[in-house]
Amino acid sequence: MSRLRTAALVGNPNAGKSALFNALTGARQKIANYPGVTVERKAGRMLLPSGEPIVLLDLPGSYSLDAASPDEQVTRDVILGQFAGEATPGMLIVVVDAANLEQHLVFAQEVIALGRPTVVALNMVDLATRDGLVVDADALSEALGVPVLPTVAVRKKGLEELVQALGALGSHDVRVQPRIKRLGPSERRLSARNMARGAILSRSVGHRLHMSVDKLLLNPFLGPFFLLALLFVIFQAVFAWATPFADAIDAGISTLIGLVEANMSDSIVRQFVTQGVLTGVGSVIVFLPQIVILFAFILVMEQSGYMARAAFIMDRLMAAVGLSGRSFIPLLSSFACAIPGIMATRSIADPKDRLTTILVAPLMTCSARLPVYAVIIAAFIPAISVGPGIGLQGLVLFALYIAGIVGAMVVALVLRRSIAKGAASGFIMEMPRYQMPALRDLLIGLWQRAFVFLRRAGTIIFTATIALWVLLSFPQAEPGESQVDASVAGRIATGLNVVLEPIGFNRDISLALIPAMAAREVAVSALATTYAVDAEDEEGQAKGLIPQLQAGWSLPTALAFLAWFVFAPQCLSTIAVARRETNGWKWPLFMIAYLFGLAYIFAGLTYWTAVAAGL
Amino acid sequence: MTQPFTLDILEPRQPAEIVTVDWAALVPEEAKRLRALGIEEGAEIEIAHRGIFGGRDPLALKLGRMVIAVRRSHAAAMTVRLR
Repeated sequence: MSRLRTAALVGNPNAGKSALFNALTGARQKIANYPGVTVERKAGRMLLPSGEPIVLLDLPGSYSLDAASPDEQVTRDVILGQFAGEATPGMLIVVVDAANLEQHLVFAQEVIALGRPTVVALNMVDLATRDGLVVDADALSEALGVPVLPTVAVRKKGLEELVQALGALGSHDVRVQPRIKRLGPSERRLSARNMARGAILSRSVGHRLHMSVDKLLLNPFLGPFFLLALLFVIFQAVFAWATPFADAIDAGISTLIGLVEANMSDSIVRQFVTQGVLTGVGSVIVFLPQIVILFAFILVMEQSGYMARAAFIMDRLMAAVGLSGRSFIPLLSSFACAIPGIMATRSIADPKDRLTTILVAPLMTCSARLPVYAVIIAAFIPAISVGPGIGLQGLVLFALYIAGIVGAMVVALVLRRSIAKGAASGFIMEMPRYQMPALRDLLIGLWQRAFVFLRRAGTIIFTATIALWVLLSFPQAEPGESQVDASVAGRIATGLNVVLEPIGFNRDISLALIPAMAAREVAVSALATTYAVDAEDEEGQAKGLIPQLQAGWSLPTALAFLAWFVFAPQCLSTIAVARRETNGWKWPLFMIAYLFGLAYIFAGLTYWTAVAAGL
Repeated sequence: MTQPFTLDILEPRQPAEIVTVDWAALVPEEAKRLRALGIEEGAEIEIAHRGIFGGRDPLALKLGRMVIAVRRSHAAAMTVRLR
């Protein structure tokens, strides 16, 4: 493949960089795979007016080339061509917020003074207008010495002109003497103020929507109440709204199994397809709707600007355990998946603070636990209402989330007083203006997350399920003997069960936990495969997982199983990303050990308490 | 012209100007970040919101067209006077 030229988007956080990236590259983007690379590299393709395809990089938002956090370091190194394995971007697009020029021009000047081919995207001019500002792009271009193009990324306005300007840059790929000089930080700020004043043609009062919204949402009493209510609605919605979609997927898989059985004679191959592939992978794909709904809420919170307010509200509570509001965002992302959560810790400047956040991130209830929780709750918790609009099933799910949060807080507190001891961390954070989330950015974000989940279902989960099916199916049982008892997997699980029996786990659970080391949701597909293999006849197979669980497990066992999954670090990808982000095996190994320890203790406590209570 | 006092005791919605910042009292990365956001000597600020718990921490500072959250401990390292 010929090396394409590269352009990079740079700018302050909240300049609308990602929206511009989405608008310029559409869905043709590649979020680099987690293992192997050291940065979440968002790259996409776009065409210059000449028809030349180029690579567009979306760099992490930065306030300065003088980096104050690991993700600013990445931006700095890539721009300066000091990032190993990444070619120096030949063109730079500096994105500035038209309504906040005094601030955004500080970093813009620092980048322009490097003397690279640069264009400036004067973004979010619509919001500036809303705030009563009229900005003269030509005057700004004159002052900065580079082309300045007004854009509204979320409405795809001004993009053509921006791409034209970018194409015109490319024709002379030589270093130009920048018109603006390299200045110290204070001089840059002064000069930014003067440039902003020169470029702003009129400044009416305008309505400052966000200030009045903040009066409500950051109100000392209403604010925390609203946040808690929002989180509660999210978790209720994840259960209630997803049901029709999940049922449809479930029905589709059953139809497929029926089709295969009608058209293939009974053989080991047919068993492989129905019991292994369709039952195993299908039992995980069913949870796609729930994952999409959870991510939709998180993305809307991020894009609307509310996430920073949530961090502000949570800061004091986080400070009580030695963290800051900055850790709230990685931890909330970890509710969807610990991997992006751990990667988001790069914005935390304090190393001890960051390490603690990485170590507790797996305690947040990620979407991979949802399949496990959902199937156990559906089987053992009655779908009754305990109040207006509050179902018992949703309430139990909420309690599991709370258990993870409380666990994380306690662990953080202990870590900050022992191995991650250090000065109390600070909290400095810009609160972006409120904004209507753009549907396109929301859909692209959702598609990327759904794709990652489906890829996992198609690779890790598929492989683990198939391996388990093989181990479960051989050697074949003698007549009258249970297939699971006879199989290799059954024998391994019987051995492991010696350790797990005291906490109420049966042999089938021990069996499911082994392949679930790859990914938690495999536990569900593993149970489904186990019961499908063990079913004596087609009628037993057709019964499905939930009746099988109800018949085979006691309530204390089911509750202990839920408690186990609050803590257990059963996700190879998370361990891999923790190793990369902490540069070694020391911390991931520590993480595995303490999480398994907690899982064992709490599953045991749950089981013994439930048995003692006569459940 | 009033006597300068530390930012953490400034009343909300009172326009003020930062007079001094004790940079040495701040963690270097945080000092860098505050400067990058324009929180430095001469900046015109006001406190827009405060948290509810313990000491009404953190504080949301209004600075130009930005709102920036900082901790009370940062505010205690700065002196301001009313504008």
